Amino acid sequence: MKSTTISTFSELLDVCTSENKKIYEIVQANETALHEISEEELKRMVKHTLDAMKDAINTGLKSKEMSMSGLCGDDCFRLQKRFEKKPALFGNLYEKITTYALATIEENLRMGKIAACPTAGSCAIVPSVIVATSEQLNVSENDQINALITAGEIGRIISNKVALAGAVAGCQAECGVASAMAAGALCQILGGTPEQILNAVALAMKNLLGLTCDPVCGLVEIPCVKRNPFLAIHAVTAAELAISDIKTKIPLDEVIDTLEQTGKLMSPMLKESSQAGLAKTKTAIQLEKKLLNN
Amino acid sequence: MRQSSIIDIISPVMIGPSSSHTAGAVRLGLLASHVYNSPIKKITFKLYNSYALTGKGHGTDKGLLAGVLGLSVDDTRIKNIFNSEIAKNIDYKFEFLEDFNRHPNAVDFIFEGDLNMEISGESIGAGEVVIRKINEFSVKFTGKLNTLLLVYKDAPGMISRVSTLIQNENINIASLHCDRYAKGREASMCICLDGELNEDIIKKCETFNDVYIVRYIKKLES
Repeated sequence: MKSTTISTFSELLDVCTSENKKIYEIVQANETALHEISEEELKRMVKHTLDAMKDAINTGLKSKEMSMSGLCGDDCFRLQKRFEKKPALFGNLYEKITTYALATIEENLRMGKIAACPTAGSCAIVPSVIVATSEQLNVSENDQINALITAGEIGRIISNKVALAGAVAGCQAECGVASAMAAGALCQILGGTPEQILNAVALAMKNLLGLTCDPVCGLVEIPCVKRNPFLAIHAVTAAELAISDIKTKIPLDEVIDTLEQTGKLMSPMLKESSQAGLAKTKTAIQLEKKLLNN
Repeated sequence: MRQSSIIDIISPVMIGPSSSHTAGAVRLGLLASHVYNSPIKKITFKLYNSYALTGKGHGTDKGLLAGVLGLSVDDTRIKNIFNSEIAKNIDYKFEFLEDFNRHPNAVDFIFEGDLNMEISGESIGAGEVVIRKINEFSVKFTGKLNTLLLVYKDAPGMISRVSTLIQNENINIASLHCDRYAKGREASMCICLDGELNEDIIKKCETFNDVYIVRYIKKLES
């Protein structure tokens, strides 16, 4: 299959429609041409990330070691303990997604091995959604890889417009984009059409515009840790709506333009500089003093 | 527009918690050690601004040392590098500084031993890094491409001699960055390449008159 340069979501949808292909099939053709590798080699590269994601979940589920700051690290343990006593209202899949998300992001802050997807601070959203639903629905490894390729393509197209960095566009460009990627990946797993997948992305993204990056003490801990399970569940909502043919009224490319514009309009004090927001609350300032004196 | 890849979005597989402050630190350490390219006896790391203020909480100090010792961004030894066997025979120390003329995530590596060298770099976001200075010379390379680095006595024809060698190998030059101390004094040349340079070319560069330092810094794996 020939490769096509794709820089917007409408171009992606056009190619999918005209060639009658899935998003991951188009991406496979483009990426194998770009890296001058075979399809097997590409899949091996994606599997490397998928395996690292699963390892991080499994390691994280067993640990309650705190981070170097001592601020975070035992929330996954608490959540598992509670689910053992009293199941989650929303059932088993909800339990899996939220515990896997906390396991992964806590593994990150205790200097464990994770896959930055798209960034380290948002590394738990895509894996918790893909791995938990794949376990629940008995999804094959190949289909998990295809879901991760789909997520990667969503992030890639967004990153053509907006750098996926809190310092550039706030958390909307990190955890926000991760949630949009996870929504698209889940929609792929559920057998969604390319159009439904892109709707899932738009629905997830629209709802997270304006999310700031105001980490307490400048660390990838507060509010990043808890934001990961929140936005994993957020992705499920987007996928469920989209797969029901609920459509975005604002086209996805225009949503991404808005993401870019919102990032530019956001004060630098709210973009990973810890000069405002949660980072400058009374309690955060006290925590910062305590850490610096240690 | 530069062609982008999904692989950059779903990777690297790395030791957390921060791509700029942990993985970036490891990459800077790796590049600095490749430039130094001698057994390391004593090293001082000077961390600036955000690297100084939030570095400890992000394991930036561990990442820098691990990189200098040759570990890659996904090596699980990074977390306990201070107690690791491989760090035992090295005299290292960290200084934490504020200097707002410097990049928010800047670091100086000061190597002392049979060869003394000072290397400065910056972590510019999403794990990407750039080496900016070697001793008094400004340079620019990122570890994304194979890089040939020369320090030599400023004289007419040196750039042409080196670029001819590369051209003869049919390798494309992606970028070329030159600097000098003063006319006729020490100068530097930093060439980023699209291809793989073979050992002979590097040896040939070393035989040129008035070439003091030749380094071939291979692109970073992850």
